[in-house]
Amino acid sequence: MIKVEGLTKRYARNVAVKNISFEVGKGEIVGFLGKNGAGKTTTMRVLTCFLPPTEGKASVAGFDVLEQPMDVKRNIGYLPETPPLYPEMEVWDYLSFVAKLKGISGGDIVKRVDEVCERTAIGDVKYKIIGKLSKGYRQRVGLAQAIIHNPPVLILDEPTSGLDPEQQLHVRQLVASLSGDHTIILSTHILSEVEQSCSKVIIINEGSIVAVDSVAALHKRGRSTEVVAIEVAGGDSFQIKQALEQVPGVARVVSRDSKSGNAAFEVEGLENSFIRPDLARSIVHAGWHLTELRTVGESLEDIFLELTRAEKKEVEVVTK
Amino acid sequence: MKNVLTICAKEIKGYFVSPIAYLLLGLFGLISGYFFYSATAFFVMSGMRQQMMGSQQPMSVNEYVIAPLLGNSSVVGLFLIPLISMRLFAEEMRSGTIELLLTSPVRDWEIVLGKWAGAFVMYLCVLGVSALNIAMLFIWGSPDWRPIATGLLGLALQGGCLLAIGTFISTTTRNQIIAGGATFAVSLLLWVLSWVTSYNEAGWAQVIAYMAIPTHYEPFAKGVLDTKDVVYYLSVIFFGLFLTKRSLESLRWRS
Repeated sequence: MIKVEGLTKRYARNVAVKNISFEVGKGEIVGFLGKNGAGKTTTMRVLTCFLPPTEGKASVAGFDVLEQPMDVKRNIGYLPETPPLYPEMEVWDYLSFVAKLKGISGGDIVKRVDEVCERTAIGDVKYKIIGKLSKGYRQRVGLAQAIIHNPPVLILDEPTSGLDPEQQLHVRQLVASLSGDHTIILSTHILSEVEQSCSKVIIINEGSIVAVDSVAALHKRGRSTEVVAIEVAGGDSFQIKQALEQVPGVARVVSRDSKSGNAAFEVEGLENSFIRPDLARSIVHAGWHLTELRTVGESLEDIFLELTRAEKKEVEVVTK
Repeated sequence: MKNVLTICAKEIKGYFVSPIAYLLLGLFGLISGYFFYSATAFFVMSGMRQQMMGSQQPMSVNEYVIAPLLGNSSVVGLFLIPLISMRLFAEEMRSGTIELLLTSPVRDWEIVLGKWAGAFVMYLCVLGVSALNIAMLFIWGSPDWRPIATGLLGLALQGGCLLAIGTFISTTTRNQIIAGGATFAVSLLLWVLSWVTSYNEAGWAQVIAYMAIPTHYEPFAKGVLDTKDVVYYLSVIFFGLFLTKRSLESLRWRS
């Protein structure tokens, strides 16, 4: 649905996006992840024909952004970072204006406006002036604007930024509900959002793509050994530590703080070992109480920071 | 063309849901009302004086009331037009709504034409106030309607020119005040260009005077409809809108 090849966007003084390539298939939800100023918005603006690429190619639904911008625009719904709202207009008036712009024929406009109002849960503010709406409602009106012509491709630039947790949840659910028949690219710097709603992640840093993968694959990327968090009650912490170190397959045991006052450790196993059953057995055997035992996966946060930091080191080396 | 109408209608609504339309109509109504009152009062007074002096020649309403009134309206327009055109693009660029227009399946010239047409209709509404004043003269007198029609047409064309220039200037900045100020400065300059012929008769001075906007209004005010002047106004409008379109395109490369 979306194809980007060797895309570079240069502004007067700096390069915003350097030679990036990626593809998004039909019906996929892709999370565009990166720090502020990483080049997310620029890439999205190129895809929506707002900015022309300096080099490289981009196409949406089979149409090239430079050669057939009208066709690209017809196939895209776009929510910029700040929703493009006219504060003096009423919601329904605004939405019908957008509907007309997007080429919806006169008879269908009222129907479409009603549909998207219902979908984005803004029916109760339909006759209010946009300027007087709360941030959450405004964001939803922005989203309604993006989906009004039922485009096959949706590009959402930080759809949840500045919303309270409940509103974020609502927007996320809305995006999830759109996933079936729309291809969606959404940018964010909230990692849990990507974990929840996206099937694929593109991590971008300083204008370059550092990772394109599914969320599950990214999780796996982190570590090859198993790390287990363990909490034990009813024993001396030194003794427990010693006992844990003797379990076969354990590489090392690190004490950690615990709020409950019990002895708590992080146990790292050797490569390809499966230590959880043995750990549990040894604790129970010694007559202690096992209060917690879980695998510590590497969070997306860690992976993200690792990837973006590694990139930075390289850059530093180069500049030195 | 449908898109032009959509954008034009949105612009007109935009003027009337904000205080700007009422401010413009109110200000213009007040000023042109004052002009109308004083011109008519002066006309009545001198008419009576002439009768007392036994003059048989009736005074012409067209010459003493309507011509100066339209002339004054054109000067007031000079001040009001920047207020109409300044927001067209500057506001959209500041609030980010320009992203909606430029990513919708609408051509650049449709946006430009729609916006200009919206502003032009707003200007016509303002002119309507002036026309309303003049219409009252028909109740008590019988002025010649032809110079009134050409005069109003001239005012409309003149306003269209300045609006096209203002629309262009509005695409160059996100600041409405700068857009309005620059439009006023450029309009004023185009206004006073005609002064060069008052101290210089050389060929180049004639050319510069020809470019001045009021030069082409004079025949309209006298009731003369000259193709030359109509062509001048239409080409300035076209040129202004052409520049606007180019500027809008360059927005994508500049940003």
